[in-house]
Order: sequence, then C-alpha cells, then structure tokens
Amino acid sequence: MTELVTGTGGPTAADPAAGKQGAEPSIAKVSQWSDIRHRFFANKLAVVGLAIIALLILTAIFAPLLAPHDPLQQDLNATLQSPGGAHLLGTDALGRDQLSRLIFGSRIAVIVGLASILVALSIGILLGAMAGYFGRWVDTVIMRTADIFFAFPLLIGAIVIILLMGRGVLPVVLSLGIFQWATFARLLRSQILSVREMDFVHAAQALGASRGRIIRKHILPNSMTSVLVYGTSNVGIAIVAEASLSYLGVGVDPEVAEWGNMISAGRGFMGVKDFMWTYPSIAIVITALGFILLGNGLRDAFDPKLR
Amino acid sequence: MTSLEMAPSNAEPDGAAPLLEVRDLHVEFKVRDSVTKAVNGVNYSVSAGETLAVLGESGSGKSVTAQAIMGILDSPPGRISKGEIFFQGQDILSLPESERRKLRGAKMAMIFQDALSSLNPVLSVGYQLGEMFRAHQGLSRKDAKAKAIELMDRVRIPAAKERVGDYPHQFSGGMRQRIMIAMALALEPDLIIADEPTTALDVTVQAQVMDLLAELQREYNMGLILITHDLGVVADVADKIAVMYAGRIVETAPIHELYKRPAHPYTRGLLDSIPRLDQKGHELYAIKGLPPNLQQIPPGCAFNPRCNKAQDICRTDVPPLVPVTERDGAELVGRGSACHFWKETIHG
Amino acid sequence: MGRYVVRRLGQLIVVVLGATLILFACLFVLPGDPVGQIAGSDKARDPAVIEQLHEQYGLDKPLVVQYGTYVGKLVTGDLGTDYTQSRPVSEILAPKLGNTAKLAVFAIVLDVIIGVSVGVVAAMRRYSIWDVSATFATTLAIGVPSIVLGMILQRFFVVELNWFPLIADDSFKSMVLPAVTLAIIDAALVAQLARSTMLEVLRADYVKTAVAKGLPRRTVLFRHILRNSVIPVVTYLGISFGTLLGGAIITETIFNWNGIGLALIQAIQQNNNPIIVGVVTISVAVFVVLNLVVDLLYAALDPRIRLA
Repeated sequence: MTELVTGTGGPTAADPAAGKQGAEPSIAKVSQWSDIRHRFFANKLAVVGLAIIALLILTAIFAPLLAPHDPLQQDLNATLQSPGGAHLLGTDALGRDQLSRLIFGSRIAVIVGLASILVALSIGILLGAMAGYFGRWVDTVIMRTADIFFAFPLLIGAIVIILLMGRGVLPVVLSLGIFQWATFARLLRSQILSVREMDFVHAAQALGASRGRIIRKHILPNSMTSVLVYGTSNVGIAIVAEASLSYLGVGVDPEVAEWGNMISAGRGFMGVKDFMWTYPSIAIVITALGFILLGNGLRDAFDPKLR
Repeated sequence: MTSLEMAPSNAEPDGAAPLLEVRDLHVEFKVRDSVTKAVNGVNYSVSAGETLAVLGESGSGKSVTAQAIMGILDSPPGRISKGEIFFQGQDILSLPESERRKLRGAKMAMIFQDALSSLNPVLSVGYQLGEMFRAHQGLSRKDAKAKAIELMDRVRIPAAKERVGDYPHQFSGGMRQRIMIAMALALEPDLIIADEPTTALDVTVQAQVMDLLAELQREYNMGLILITHDLGVVADVADKIAVMYAGRIVETAPIHELYKRPAHPYTRGLLDSIPRLDQKGHELYAIKGLPPNLQQIPPGCAFNPRCNKAQDICRTDVPPLVPVTERDGAELVGRGSACHFWKETIHG
Repeated sequence: MGRYVVRRLGQLIVVVLGATLILFACLFVLPGDPVGQIAGSDKARDPAVIEQLHEQYGLDKPLVVQYGTYVGKLVTGDLGTDYTQSRPVSEILAPKLGNTAKLAVFAIVLDVIIGVSVGVVAAMRRYSIWDVSATFATTLAIGVPSIVLGMILQRFFVVELNWFPLIADDSFKSMVLPAVTLAIIDAALVAQLARSTMLEVLRADYVKTAVAKGLPRRTVLFRHILRNSVIPVVTYLGISFGTLLGGAIITETIFNWNGIGLALIQAIQQNNNPIIVGVVTISVAVFVVLNLVVDLLYAALDPRIRLA
C-alpha cells in the first residue's frame, strides 16, 4: 500500500525545498556568479559606470551612422564656426565638423583603450602566471624584467617606442601595452602566490587532482578577480594616456579625429573658441569616470568586505 | 593538564560588596536598519580573589559583555541600552569618559584573544609595556623601560633585558600571550578580564599560560573573569561558571557542580559533546542546529529550536534565571538555571 | 636591515642595466635614423650631424664596447652633447630638472596637506557628510585627467582672471597652477588611500588594546592609529614624487613650465636626439632611485619588513 503513496508530507526528490521548512538554515555558499551579478547591479554607481562604457562602445561602433558629417572633410568656407546650425558643436580651423570628430574620436578611444589593455593582459597574465606557478629562477627572471619596464613612467616609455615606430594607432597600442603588462604580471603573481598556499589547494592535491586541474579550477579563478578589476580600471588610464600622447604630438596622426588632437588644436584658441577643446575634454572626463566607477563596482561586487 | 590546588574561593564576607556587579545588562548594535541584540539581560558578579568563568559559543554575547564592562564597545554601532555595572561599589556607567579611562588599565584590565593582532606591530614590546607606566603613573622613559623588563621577567620571558626592544612578531605565540598578561597586570589592577586567552595557542602552551594566570591571580588577589568556549580550560582555574546563550545567562553554578550535575539542556548538550575515551565506537554527539541569528532571536527561550525537550511554554515565555534547589528544596549555593524544566534536567 | 638594503641595491643594478640596455638598443643599434620618422622621412638628414653622432658614440666600434662606453658615461653623468647648442646635455638639463623638482616638491606638499587631512577626516567621521562628500570629490578629481584639468585651470585663472602669468617664468606665481594641477589628482588618490588605511587601522585589535589600557585619546590617536596609518601613505607619496620628477610632461607643456618634460617635447619637435635620450635617462634613473628610497623607508617604518 505504502508504495502507492508518494510525496505526502515529507520532502521528495522532486521538491527538496518543501522539506526545508522548519529545518536548520542552510550555510551560505561561497560567492558565485549570481551573487556577484546581484551585488554589482545593486550598486547604482557601478551601473552608471557600465552604462557610460556601453554608451561609449555603441558610439564607437555606430559612429558612421551617428555622425552628421565626415570627420575628415574640410570645409574652408566654414572654419572656426561656433556651435549651432549645421554644425552642432562647431567647426575647427579646417572647417571639419567637431561633433563628427568627437563621435569618431570614441572609436580611437575604444580601440586603443581595449587593444592596449588586451596586449598588456596577454603578456602580463602569461608571465605573471608562470612566475607565480613555477617560482624560483623563472620567477626571478620574469620579475626583474617586469622591474625594468616598471622603471619607465608610462608616458615616457610610450614615447620611446613611438619614437622608434613612428606615430599611429598601432605604435600607441603597442607602446601602452608594453608599459602596462608589468602591473598585471606582478598582481597575478602575488595573487597566485597567496592562493597556492591556501588549504583548499592542498585539499585538492590530497584528493589527487592533476596539476592542470588545480591551476584551472582552483588557482586561476581565485587569482583572476583582482586582475580583472585592475584591467577594467586601466582601460580608462590607457585612454587618457593615448589622448595625452596625441595632445603632445606623439600619438596618433594629427589628422585623425581624436580627442587629444582636438584639445591640442583648441589650445591655440583658448578664450576665443573654447568649444574646440571643451567638448572633447568632457568626453574624456566622462569616459575616465565611467571606467573608474565600473572598476570600483567590479571590485566591490567581487569582494564586498573591501568596502 | 596539571591540576592546581584551588585557592579557597574568597566568597564575599557577609555584607561586603563584590568587586564587580553586572545588573540586567542589555547591549545592542544598530547597523543601518537592523538591530542586533547581543546582550539581553545579563547579571553576574565577581569578588576579589575569585575566578568567574563565562562560557558560551561565538555570538553568545560573552565578549560583548566584557567590552561593555571595560567601556571599549565600538560605540557608534554598539550601545548599552539598559542595565548597570557596579565596580567597587561605584556605578561606572554614569561616570564621565575621563574617569572611566583612568580605571582602564589601572583598576580593571583586559587580556585579548589573539596577541599577535592585539599588539601594535610597529612598536616594541618594551614600549607597549612601558606605556602603562608612562600614561598612568607619569614615569620617565627610562623608568618605564626598567619596569617593562621587570614585568617580562615576572611572566617568565627569557632574556627579558635583551628582548625588551623586540617587536611582537619576533616572539612565539605563547610568549606573546604572556606579554599581554604582563601588560594587563602592569599596574596591579583589581579586576582582570581574560577574553579567550588561550584559544589561539597550542594545547601545551595553553596549560602554561593558564597556570601563569592562576598564579598571578593568587598573588595579587585579583578578581578574574575568564571568557571561553572551551570547558576543559576552565576546570582547574575557575571557582564558578556562568553559561551564556544568545545574550542571556542560562545557567550558573560552582565549577565542579556544573560538570557533575548540569541544570540546563544547553549545558548538558555541551557536556555531552565532549568526546570521551570510554565512549569508543559511539557516534559523536553534537547539539543539533546552529547558533541563533541575533537579529531574530527566537521568541520564548532562545534555545528552544535546538532543545530536545522543548514544550509549548518554551516557545512563548522567556524563562527567568531561577535558583536551582535539591529535590527536597534545599538550597544549592550559587546555582541558577534559566529553563522552565530545570528540575528534569538536573534531577533526571 | 643591512641584508635587505644589499638585496634591494642588487635589484636596482639589474634594473638600471636592463633599462639602459633597452635605451641603448633602441636608439643606437637599430638601423636607420629613428628620429627622422618624427621629422618626416622626406626631410634629408644633415650628413655632417650623422657623422658627428657616429663619432661621438663610437658607432663604428663593436656593440659591446659601445654599450660599455655608454654605461660608463652614464655613471659619470655624461649624457652626451647637444648638437644644436654644443653643450653637454647634462648642463642643459640640470636647471630644467631643478625646475621640475620645484614643481614636484610643491605638488607633494599640497598632496600631503590636502590629501592626508581629507582622508583622515573622512575616516574619522565615516558615513558623515564629510566622508560622503570627500569620496565624491576625490572620485571626481581622479576622473579629470591632467590634460583636462590643466586646460580648465589655465582657461579660468590665466586667460579669464589673469591671476597668473601666461608665459611661465621662474616666479612662484607661475608655479602655482601647474603644481595645483598635479596636486589635485594626486591628493585625491592620497586622500582615498589615507582614508581606507585609517579605516582598517581604526578597526584593528591593537587599537582596542590601546583603549583598554586606559591610554589618553591623544596617545591612542598619534602613537597607535596615525603611526600605523602613515606607512602606506608615505610609500605612495615617495613613488608619486618619483613619477612627478620623471617629468610631468602634460602639465609642463600646458603651462609652458621649463622643466624636463617640456624639454622632452621640444626636443622631439626639433629632432634633438641627445636631449630626448637624456630626459628619458634621467627620468628612469630618478624613478629607480626613488623606488629604492621608498623601499628603504618602508623597511625603516615597519619592523616586520626589516626584521623578516
């Protein structure tokens, strides 16, 4: 008789939650992606940061559709026009539409920012992981090399590379990447060093997990969060550095629609035609803030204790 | 563990006030919207030369009570919402902070659990010991240093003179704890509160530290409150014990009485959880359930969700701490239990 | 402590050698004239100058010898000769380095005063209006890069209000705006660091102990709380100083401040190779030395490091 009666009262496999009523509270699980996602989206500033970045990326992707004019097209009859009318943000000394140049400038920002950080992360993660995991002479060699790159302030080092390679997007990307990998390598290495000694890694070893598995499933996930946070923040730094280089005349080509170039061009007209440099400045500030907020938001989402 | 000869308890001569009296103390922590009730009506007292052990799990409120006595509660979130504390007959909660500060270190001192984090890592041990003398007695640096060396000798730290300039991280765990003890008794206070003094130490070192503490207490005739979660540690040293749960005292008794005849299901549960050599082959016992969420303490007796013997009344009425008597009503000195059914627990 | 110093010196030498190797390799070994790329490849280089360079740097000798000579000269402070002015590079750059240093010192002083006080107040009055506005202000300050901040300050205080001279001279007045530009961003970072460090220290067990010992508030604040909070802040300031000395290129360019950063940009525009290399070398050297000083300072302040 009893075999025919199922699911009355007690918990069944199909509905384990029912059995939990009135039982002991379950112990909280270790942070998982859903927890992290929740914490991130509950943080208003973080969401603002994400929105700004999303806006930036969309502007960059859809620039040709958004821009009213060709950013490179000169109109010598309409130079230095104040904002209004056909040119919402005015024109520069060669009659190019500032709004279009601003919009297309986001392309350079996004490309250079993301690409240079990708370069830095690729090198940095690889070398940092090797240094952290293999230790001994591998560690020493890699860390001394990192020290050498650390010795160059970012702009100075980038200028050196650009002097060698010439101006342009590629040299800027490479030079910024080359002088930022060391930060990530050092960071990842120290994270690995501390995670390596933690008990859950020893436990995994004791249970017979292979080295590869330990690295993939235990060490890396726990070491990477700081790197991700830093990486995000550093995109903002890279974008500012790139604009600075262009402003100084050692960045991308001066003709290219780019925020640093625009500010540099506007410098001579300070006090008379301020619109030339104020709009790209605003763009840079909003972008930088976006990455700062995003970076902070990620950091708080991954480890709320740090607040 | 070495068995100490227990000093006869200096139970207060009739009429004389105890050294410390805590009356109906309530402490709560208010963080944004939630209120955590850490201490909910605690009463206990200690006399000179007496050792009171306060036993409980993490979250039972034992440390918070001690911090309230010392006046070192984290004050924006924490506050004493009700109750009185009398020290040497004086209501110290009504004292201004400047007066309370003078008591701290000089008349009542505290020993913390983790000596490594409780000592300032960038100041030398001699400096931190000497601080007591410089701040309270106005001694010069030289004199304070000499006193520091004396103290280190007293707690048997070898080569005190050479090591007085060393830093906390250069000492072993046991020695650091001795330094903490030295700091506490530097000015020969009347009351010492030791908050889990041996929890962070190895078992062998635990014994040494407890021996030292007991010896010093006898020598200076201090009142000692020993806070712990470890029943074994206090057996040799304490005169009486108060068991805490969810911010309330659930049982009080002279120490050996408690072990022999507990009068509260929680205490019984704790005693039953101790693994015994003569129980080989049996599954280890553990009190079911988890410690209560202090933001939502269960109504009635806070222990009811975990108690095998809980009845309806346990879920509605908070049991008061009542005197525990023999079956025939004869008085049992110093015994109390906060359980509706204490009679069944002690008398079976 | 001694062993620590020796170890760090050893690392320093390795780093310096490595960095000079990079500099050397980049600029003197690669075929072709790297600097010509900036000038524009259609401009023919003056062959006499090329020959002079070859002679000066012994480019006809084997690489190792060249490198050796190069390093040897560096050690003695010889950075070569500027060929537009025929003066030693070090002579030209020394006063400019001095100017940059003045700016850096001024900026650091502002950093300390503003940054530390904001950070400490924010930490001690956590969650209050001071704390919230400090966090807001510092985040904003960090988000506005020097390039933008410099332009804005110049626009208002020079062009509009005319409080400061447009053409920078050696006067104190000319120093103010560039120093403030540098300081605002850095002070914001210092404030955030000071705040988070102090919050950690305020929560520390040893602070509880100090209070439990009945020490007076002032003693607890200065001897225990602040003493422990300064360590990360001081080390950060040291590194910051090194970065500033390395040439606050953007700021100097915006305000026409005659420091090594501006010298670098001008040299690039003029294809003045020795100056370029000279500035980069000084920048790296200063940074490396300052990092060493910071490490030593850290060890001096924290016994856990020096007595590991």
